[in-house]
Amino acid sequence: MPTDGVNKKRRRFLVATTSVVGAVGAGFVAVPFIKSWKPSARAQAVGAPVQVTLDGLEPGQILKVQWRGQTIGILRRTRETLDLLPEIDADLRDPESQESEQPSFALNEARALKEEYLVVNMHCTHLGCVPQVLPQVGAQPFEENWKGGFFCPCHKSKFDLAGRVYKGVPAPTNLTIPPYSFIDDTTLVIGVNPEGAA
Amino acid sequence: MNTKPFSTVLGLVALLTFAAPAFSAGGGALQHADVNIRDIAAIQRGAKLFVNYCFSCHSASFMRYNRLAEDLNLDEDLVMENLVFADVKIGETMEIAMRPDDAGNWLGKVPPDLSLASRSRGADWLYTYLLTFYQDESGGWNNQLLENASMPNVFWQLQGIQKPVYATHDGHEVIDHLTLAEPGLQSPEEFESSVRDLVTFMEYLGEPAKVKRKNIGVWVLLFLALFALVSYALKAEYWRDVH
Amino acid sequence: MAKPASNLARRADALWNWVDTRLPVSAFWKATMTGYQAPKNFNFWYYMGSLALLVLVIQILSGIFLTMHYKPSADLAFASVEYIMRDVEWGWFIRYLHSTGASFFFILVYLHMFRSLLYGSHRSPRELVWIFGMLIYLALMAEAFMGYVLPWGQMSYWGAQVIINLFGAIPTIGEPLTEWIRGDFFISDATLNRFFALHVIALPLALLGLVLMHLVALRENGSNNPDGIEIKANKDENGLPVDGIPFHPYYTVKDIFGVAMFLLLFAFILFFWPEAGGLFLEHDNFIPANPLVTPEHIKPVWYFTPYYAILKAVPDKLMGVILMGLSVVVLFFLPWLDRSPVKSIRYKGLWYKIMVGVFAVAFVRLGMLGMSEGTPAQTIEMRVWTFVYFAFFILLYFLSPGGKTKPLPERLTH
Repeated sequence: MPTDGVNKKRRRFLVATTSVVGAVGAGFVAVPFIKSWKPSARAQAVGAPVQVTLDGLEPGQILKVQWRGQTIGILRRTRETLDLLPEIDADLRDPESQESEQPSFALNEARALKEEYLVVNMHCTHLGCVPQVLPQVGAQPFEENWKGGFFCPCHKSKFDLAGRVYKGVPAPTNLTIPPYSFIDDTTLVIGVNPEGAA
Repeated sequence: MNTKPFSTVLGLVALLTFAAPAFSAGGGALQHADVNIRDIAAIQRGAKLFVNYCFSCHSASFMRYNRLAEDLNLDEDLVMENLVFADVKIGETMEIAMRPDDAGNWLGKVPPDLSLASRSRGADWLYTYLLTFYQDESGGWNNQLLENASMPNVFWQLQGIQKPVYATHDGHEVIDHLTLAEPGLQSPEEFESSVRDLVTFMEYLGEPAKVKRKNIGVWVLLFLALFALVSYALKAEYWRDVH
Repeated sequence: MAKPASNLARRADALWNWVDTRLPVSAFWKATMTGYQAPKNFNFWYYMGSLALLVLVIQILSGIFLTMHYKPSADLAFASVEYIMRDVEWGWFIRYLHSTGASFFFILVYLHMFRSLLYGSHRSPRELVWIFGMLIYLALMAEAFMGYVLPWGQMSYWGAQVIINLFGAIPTIGEPLTEWIRGDFFISDATLNRFFALHVIALPLALLGLVLMHLVALRENGSNNPDGIEIKANKDENGLPVDGIPFHPYYTVKDIFGVAMFLLLFAFILFFWPEAGGLFLEHDNFIPANPLVTPEHIKPVWYFTPYYAILKAVPDKLMGVILMGLSVVVLFFLPWLDRSPVKSIRYKGLWYKIMVGVFAVAFVRLGMLGMSEGTPAQTIEMRVWTFVYFAFFILLYFLSPGGKTKPLPERLTH
């Protein structure tokens, strides 16, 4: 078969062009398959924002609700425990919550929209256990000078009453604050930021 | 390929015969619905009609309200106010409150879910069905397309009341056509347009992704045409050696 | 060229050598692609095989992703398909890919088989290629049938009812056999669940194995060609067939072009006409399965209807099933039924051209009649074409040894 006088440059160019167009096509085809793994419309409907009414939640009490498969705790804090928060800063790994996850409105000492209510994703940032809630100030078996907070039974991580992690425990960051907002004074919506906030 | 016309012709015959839509669905009596699923305004009007006239008995349990809002360019709050009467969230599907058992007892037959009615029956069938309700001699409702339909004419106030005109064919008395005995709130033309809106909505309901599918299809075909062009050039270049 | 780059190239080369001395990659590539000599006169009909392979890949890929959302349960199956069509992002695309792919698989396989009839590709020494191909066809029919049950619509349900009851025609063991297949006294959740297992695991594995055997057997003797003469009979001084060209690059670039043209047609159907007017996705299958209501007009999907017509043509249940089975089984014997001294239709007389033409019309007409409602006139026509269908094979056996032929060329014609 005569193969002299073959335009090798043209062949290389055409092989490259076909390969590139084919690869781009394969890339396009991959998109639907990858995207089909995203939460479906049903999962999103199930994971829609949850309304919680706070009537009857006394100071020191916690209310737990499920949102997107996560346990969300709503802890009503007392004035006294809120005043204690700045005192603990020195013992904390990330007192300013710079490395932790929360909506921007919760970037404050109390990590909350309304100081009184801590709305927090209860799952420990270490490996996902749900810590015990120990809001009372006073000695605990694991900590003599306990100022109230969360204690994870799985790997002994400790958090204060704003969900901030102590130094020297395995959890890397503070407990996560989910997006939430208030419809009125006693009705909370978990999953939606207040209008204009992110 | 010019050296073997016979096998090529055979191949084309085989291809064409297979590809030909060798079937027709039930009779030529259907009127042409002529729906345009890109007409968002028509789908919106149809959705309103659906919710007001069909939705009390028929569910559309595969359709989510928020999908409706998104596809129909409606604000979610607007959908909640105008289309949702039950205490449900925007992400839920269009279920009805009536339990199937009750429905069976009250109506004699459980009204079917209408999510896929346009795909099982076709738009023309739905259009014709909804236009050909009539009142028979006993004063009850009947339908020219689906005899002894268990559904009453829910649109009688809009459409008015049609009565049948009989003719004799081969010794049998059959309905020749329907005539408007009592006018309704809408003229016949207005009513046909309303039913077309409703059927357009149901066509959308049957496959919400249809418009998107066709839009994407155009781009896919353009891309493949480019690929065909490039690969043809490649093939022609290499096959110089052989020819 | 800069020094670090050539260094990198040397390392890549070394790595490649390391692999190649442990895994025979280049030897395999040479044996099956660059060193494999294919006849140089393949035409349109020779695209079908590689395209069928492409569709197999499409089916496996889309099928895997469908199983991620589908629920093989009588209560949930129908809704889970609609869930895929509506709630799963791009789910409609993956589902249409699979449903359109199923029909195109059969279109390609039928054209591929018809090619064999034209050019005698099943004749010696390629009988086993044909036998493995027929086994692929059988596995594909089982795969398609069970796949069609999964959406659990009215056609799924009643189609399964009819097809499974065919086994009931077998004397004595028929009834217990149908019960065993269903795993219940009617088509039920148990039936759906086992069909799902067979559809997604057992039959695809069997198909892949058979496809491999089909290709291994093909590579052993090489492809036939439109002239039906052996290219290996005429070699040059290097021992290469004079009329052969290396499969790679010549047929790889040609098949890539074929893929592009095929995908254009495939995408057109998928995006603009996925129901194909009720042929690919039947209207009644958008109604959930209901054991209490039989649809007015039950028919299998288009690719089964030629055989279904043969079944309907016979007024006896057992005989109908036997004749339908025979219409598929007879194809296995095709390599031995054609006894003509030449393989290709090009060098057979007019008698063969007419026979193949009439046979093709019979098959297509049977397919169309199989979808029909079966009026008395249609039943008579079905019987005529059933007779023609079988007459083809009988006539072939008796006419082919003495049938008129033209002299074979020395070299491939172009």
